[in-house]
Amino acid sequence: MAAAETNNMTTLQVKRFKPSENPTNTYLTDEKGVWAWMTTVDHKKIGLMYLASVAFFFAFAGFLAIALRTELWEPATNFIDADTYNKYFTLHGAMMVFFVLIPSIPAALGNFVLPMQLGAKDVAFPRLNLASFYIYVIGAIFTFISLAYNGFDTGWTFYTPYSSTGSTGVIWVTLGVFILGFSSILTGTNFITTIHKLRAPGITWDKLPLNIWALYATSIIQVLATPVLAITILLLAMENIMDIGIFDPAKGGDPVLYQHFFWFYSHPAVYIMIVPGFGIISEVISTFSKKTVFGYWAIALSSLAIAFIGFLVWGHHMFTSGQSAVATTVFSFLTFLVGIPTGIKIFNWIATLYKGSIDMKTPMLYVFIFLFLFSIGGFTGIMLGALSVDIHLHDTYYVVAHFHYVMMGGTLIALLAGLHYWWPKMTGKMYNETQGKIAAILVFIGFNMTFLPQFIMGAQGMPRRYYNYIDQFQPFHQTSTIGSYILGVAFLLILYYLVMSLIKGEQAPSNPWKSRALEWQSTSPPDFHNFAHTPVVINGPYDYHKPMEEFQLGLAVEHNGHGEHHEVETEETEKA
Amino acid sequence: MGRLFDFMLPENKSPLTADPTDGLFHFINEVSLIFLVGITIALIYFAFKYKRKSDNDYTPVITHNNTLEITWSVIPLLITLVIFGWGYSGWLNLKAVPDDAYEIQVTGFKWNWAVNYENGAQTLNEIHVPKGRPVKIVLQSRDVLHSFFVPDYRVKHDAVPGRYTYVWFQAEEVGESVVFCTEYCGTEHSYMDAKIIVHEPEDFETWLEINGGGPSGTPVEQGEALVMQQGCQTCHSVDGSAGLAPTFQGLFGRDEQLADGSTLQADENYIRESILDPGAKIVAGYANIMPPYEGILSDDEITNIIEYLKTLE
Repeated sequence: MAAAETNNMTTLQVKRFKPSENPTNTYLTDEKGVWAWMTTVDHKKIGLMYLASVAFFFAFAGFLAIALRTELWEPATNFIDADTYNKYFTLHGAMMVFFVLIPSIPAALGNFVLPMQLGAKDVAFPRLNLASFYIYVIGAIFTFISLAYNGFDTGWTFYTPYSSTGSTGVIWVTLGVFILGFSSILTGTNFITTIHKLRAPGITWDKLPLNIWALYATSIIQVLATPVLAITILLLAMENIMDIGIFDPAKGGDPVLYQHFFWFYSHPAVYIMIVPGFGIISEVISTFSKKTVFGYWAIALSSLAIAFIGFLVWGHHMFTSGQSAVATTVFSFLTFLVGIPTGIKIFNWIATLYKGSIDMKTPMLYVFIFLFLFSIGGFTGIMLGALSVDIHLHDTYYVVAHFHYVMMGGTLIALLAGLHYWWPKMTGKMYNETQGKIAAILVFIGFNMTFLPQFIMGAQGMPRRYYNYIDQFQPFHQTSTIGSYILGVAFLLILYYLVMSLIKGEQAPSNPWKSRALEWQSTSPPDFHNFAHTPVVINGPYDYHKPMEEFQLGLAVEHNGHGEHHEVETEETEKA
Repeated sequence: MGRLFDFMLPENKSPLTADPTDGLFHFINEVSLIFLVGITIALIYFAFKYKRKSDNDYTPVITHNNTLEITWSVIPLLITLVIFGWGYSGWLNLKAVPDDAYEIQVTGFKWNWAVNYENGAQTLNEIHVPKGRPVKIVLQSRDVLHSFFVPDYRVKHDAVPGRYTYVWFQAEEVGESVVFCTEYCGTEHSYMDAKIIVHEPEDFETWLEINGGGPSGTPVEQGEALVMQQGCQTCHSVDGSAGLAPTFQGLFGRDEQLADGSTLQADENYIRESILDPGAKIVAGYANIMPPYEGILSDDEITNIIEYLKTLE
C-alpha cells in the first residue's frame, strides 16, 4: 500500500480498530470438536495443547517430587526402596527438563503470543508447528514405553558407563529424548522465520517486544544446540546396540567424552529454559508499572549475549570429572562472563520500576518473586563457578538448590507470571485475583522452605541423589519436605481457580491490564486470525506516554470499514 | 552473618586444602548478601513508593542511562574477576600435591572403596592416614563413575574407570572424617561411604606394620579376608539374610534356579564362573549387577574364596 516512498519511508493508509469487548467469533468458536483441535494449524490452539501437555507432565513429575521428599523424611527406607527412589528422581528430572521446562515457555506461551505480538496471522510454517507438537507427543510416548521396560535409573544426565550397562529402559527414553529434540529444533526454526518475515508493517527491530527478542535468542540456541543432543544419543545408542566403544572404557571409550557431549547441549539448554522467562518478565513489569522498559537494548542484546556465551561454558559441570586443567580454567572464567548480562537484566528491570505506576496484580507479584528467587539462583551460580568452592559443592544438595532456584524460581515462576498475564487473552475469562495472590504467596513460602535448607545441608556435605543420609541432615530434609507439601497445595489452588475461571469466570475485557503491547489490541479471546485487520505499528511496545488509540491502528484499505482515516509514516522494514 | 556462613560448612580438618575454599565461600556469601539485600529493599521500596494511584497515572519516559548501565556492568564484572582469580588459585592449590605426600591407592567399585597401602596392607571403606602429613589419594574405578568426597577436607574428585585421578589433604587432628560417593552409581550409591581414620604418626606406623604384607593363614582364612576386602558381603550376606544377591550361607552344593528357567548345583566351577563372568548364569530373582573379577582375583585367590564358602553351611 505504498502511496509515497521517500528515504525508505512508506506512507500507509491506516485507521483505528478498537477491539470489540464482546466478540462473537473467536478462535475458540471457529473450529470446534476434538478432531478440529487435533488437526488444527492455528498457533493459538497448538499453544494451548502444549500448555495442557506441559501441565500434565508438570503434575506427574511434581507428584514424583512429593514422593521423593516424603521418602527423605527419615534416613534409610521410609516407604519406597532404593531402586524405586532412583527411578523416581531420574524420571522427575528427565520429565521436568525435557517435557516441562524446555517446551513450557517457548512452545506453550510462545506459540500463543509470538505471532500476535508480531501482528501476524500465524507462525511462518503452521503445519510444521503442528508437526512439532506431535513429535513432542511421540517422544513422550517413548518415555512411557521405557517405564514398561522396568524404567531407568541413570539420572536425567544418562552418564556413561552407568547408563550403557543399564536396563533396556534407558534406550527407550534416550530415543524419546532424541525424537523430542526435533520438536524443539522445528519450533526454533519456525520462530526465527516468523520473526524475520512476518512482522506487521512498522515493527522494526527496535520496536520488537522484548519477549520476541528473548524467544529469538532462545530459538537460535534451540536450532544450534539440540542437534548435538541428537548426535550424543545416537552415539550412545551405537555403543549400546552395535557395541562400538565410544564412551564405555570397557569397550575402549572415554566416559568424560560423554560428559562433554552431553553438557555441550545441556548447558545451552539451561538457557533455552530461562531466556524465554526473561521475555515474560520484561512484558509484565512494563505493563504493571505502566512505564517504558528501562534499557531496552541492554535487555534485548543481553539475551543474545547469554545465548552466545552460553555455548562456551558447558565444562563448568565437569570441574571434578578429570577434564583438562586448561579447559577447567577457561570454563570457569567464561562462566563468570555469562553472569554479567544476567545481572544487567535484573538491574534494568528494577530501574523500570522507578517512578512507575506499580499495580501489584498476580502476574506482577510473580515478577517480584522471580526477581528475588532468581537473584539467589544467580548468586549461588557465581559460587559454583568459583573453582575451589565448586570442588567442595559439586554434586551436593547445594547444586540441587541452585538449579531449582534458577529453573523453578526462575523459569517456572516466569511461566506462572506469563500464564496469569495472558490467561484473560487466551481464555477470555478472568481468574479470582485474591486466590491468585494467595497462591503466589504460598508458592513463595513453600519454595523457600523447600530449597533454602538444601543450600545449608549441601554446603555441609550432603550429596545429591542420595536415598539414605546421615542423621545430622535430618532437620534440613524434614523442613524441605514440609515446604514441598506447601508448594503442592499452592499448585492445587492454582489449578482450582484456573479451572473455576473457565467454568464461571467473568468475561475478560480485551485489555484488562491496559497494556500497550500489540497482542492486547485484539479481542479476548482473539479472532481466529488474531486480528481482523493488518495491524500497523508506529510506536514502541512500551510507549505508555502515548495514547492507546495509536496502538490500535491497522491498514485501512483491506477492509471497507468506515471511520476516520489517518495517514502515518512508518519505516519500511527490510522485507526481502 | 559470619556465624551462619560458618554453620553452613562442615568442620575444617585439613586447613591446607580447606582454608582458601572457606575464605572464598565467605566472601561470595557476603558480597551476594549485600547485593540481595539491596535488590530486595529496592523492590519493596518501589512497590510501596510507586504504588498505582489511579489508572491515569503519569509515568516519566526514562529509556536508558548509559552511566548506570556501565556502572552495573563493570562493578559486577570486577567483583567476579576477583572471585575467578581467588577460586583459580585455591584450585591450583588443590591440584598441587606436596612432594612429601604419603600415597594411598583407593579404588571405587559398586559400592565400596578398596584401599591399598605401600606395604601391601589392604582395607575396605576405611582409610588410615597419619596426622600432620600430606596424603595423596590416587583414585581409580573398577566399573562406573564414582566420586571421592571428603567434606571435612573440601576435596572431591571423580574416580573414572580407565584412568587415575587424585586428591590430597593434610589432616591436622586425630579422629575420623566421612567420605561420600558423590557420583551416582546405582542402587547402593547412598550407602557407598567410607571413613578416614587419622592416627598420630607413630600409631599409623604401628597400624601399617601389623596389617602389612597381604593375607596370611589357612586358605579358608585367606578366603574370608578376601570376601571382606572385595566387598562381596555388600550384596551377598553370609548369614542367610536377604540382599541384592544370593546369600553365601549354604551356597556350596545348593540347587539354584536360574533366570532362564534351568537349574544347576552350585559347585566349584559354577562359583568360579560366577566370579569371573557374573552375567553368564544369573540366579532367578536377581539383577545382573555384579562387576566381573577377571584380572582382579588370581586363581589361588578364587580357590581360597571357594574354600571359605564351603565352610558357610
